[in-house]
Amino acid sequence: MSDTVTDTATPSPVLRIEDLHVRYGGSHILQGVSFDVPGRGVTALLGRNGVGKTTTLKAIIGLAPRAGRIIVDGEEIQGRGTTRIVRDGIAYVPEDREVFGGLTVDENLRLVDPDRGVDAPIVAELFPDLVQRRSQRAGTLSGGQQQMVSLARVLLRDNRLLLIDEPTKGLAPKLVTEVAEVLAEVARVTPILLVEQNLPLVRRIADTVVVLDAGKVVHRGRAADLIADVELTRELLGVSMRREGAA
Amino acid sequence: MSDLLLLGVTGLGLGALYFLAASGLSLIYGLMGVLNFAHGAFMMAGSYAGWLTMTGLPGSLSVGARLAVAVVVALVVGALIGVVVEVVLIRPLYRHHIQQVLVTVGLSLAAVAAAQGIWGADAHPIEKPTWMSGTTQIAAARLPNDRFLFLVVALAVFLGLMALLHFTRLGLIIRAGVENRTMVEALGINVHRTFTIVFAMGGAAAALAGILYSQYAGSVSPAQGGSLLIFAFIVVVIGGMGSLVGTAVASVVVGLVQQLANYYAASGVGDLSVVMLLALVLLLRPASMKGAHA
Repeated sequence: MSDTVTDTATPSPVLRIEDLHVRYGGSHILQGVSFDVPGRGVTALLGRNGVGKTTTLKAIIGLAPRAGRIIVDGEEIQGRGTTRIVRDGIAYVPEDREVFGGLTVDENLRLVDPDRGVDAPIVAELFPDLVQRRSQRAGTLSGGQQQMVSLARVLLRDNRLLLIDEPTKGLAPKLVTEVAEVLAEVARVTPILLVEQNLPLVRRIADTVVVLDAGKVVHRGRAADLIADVELTRELLGVSMRREGAA
Repeated sequence: MSDLLLLGVTGLGLGALYFLAASGLSLIYGLMGVLNFAHGAFMMAGSYAGWLTMTGLPGSLSVGARLAVAVVVALVVGALIGVVVEVVLIRPLYRHHIQQVLVTVGLSLAAVAAAQGIWGADAHPIEKPTWMSGTTQIAAARLPNDRFLFLVVALAVFLGLMALLHFTRLGLIIRAGVENRTMVEALGINVHRTFTIVFAMGGAAAALAGILYSQYAGSVSPAQGGSLLIFAFIVVVIGGMGSLVGTAVASVVVGLVQQLANYYAASGVGDLSVVMLLALVLLLRPASMKGAHA
């Protein structure tokens, strides 16, 4: 297992995590996680199932009880509540989308942007299908469409950082490609910390990777370097690109 | 036929009172997951606030005018108590459901004991406007006027709440929060402020139910809120916890079943029928306990 390999340090990371711990009941889920997220591009947070990737995102956003330092653009935010953190520009797209199924597409978006909702220009630009489905209940949408609602919802705000948890989980290959295109487009403007299991997608859009194992960071470096190293990928993630399809 | 008409209107009137008692309970549970056993204390506070206002106002005012002022006072008192209870007792205990139950049950018991200590355990008669004591003849049935008032008030509250839920931002947040309040928070929306507003609305609706129930019963007593709360809980469970439309439908059904059973079977069978209806609903549709959309 490699320790810190190459830290792709940037002069001013948008997010710095220092010695982050999360405990649920008697379980010590995160055990001193530390890493930086550069101020541009996509940083992929990788690891096998159950190593603490989702918990890391929840801890950052304030949805998990945490100890340690979380610094965004030089400001410590670990003492703030979720609402304040989100209003300060950290957006969160959860695993499994969690759209409000009883609300229409437009109502889902108006929760964040009461004045424009689905009429916001970014929706037409990135998610034209949602404009057509504005009056449809979100619970009746396909998984891919729900993912678009979930992404559109957070993009209606000006964000400093996006935390996105497994956006392609359960999606058909065509939809994975569509999501990848949207994320790549968004990452040109806003840095993304992305939890993802789909290595071809990571190879396609991620610049840097952080790998967790058993609640600790075991690798940091360039995404291309990790994925090119078949043995290291297998050692850290238990998979290799040879077995993965294209994104 | 006239008997059926009379039973229908009195059953609907009773259902209207149940709806007023249950609507706040349903919204509070749906949005916040709080089983508020102190809701009966809110109702009692409303009935006592109304009684004290009516007795405190000059006798030169008509009973109807004093009742109107009493209703406003009861609404304000109910809303204020709702806010205080939410901020002081409930907010520190979010996600601690057992403690919430203990606190709200304790508050309910304490409120009844306090009312008994201050005003005595006996019922106090409350004045009723002449029109509300009278009847209106429709076909061959003489229908009590107060039931029409209860129906109109409940309908106005139902339509008002539906409009609030579907045409305002607060309503949008409440509907989203009933589905997934953690995600509402994760979108940067201050859901705690919404909790306080919903508790205030629930308290006001309960107080309104309390003062109208005292008009129905002709008196106020410390135990009134508790007995109304039992039926409110039954209505909320049958209607699907958190569903306002379900609560409205269940209120009507429970009120009618109770009246019809009392008349056609024997006095007292109405309460038993309602409990049996609850058991039937839980057996056939156990998801009722898990909640529904607002």
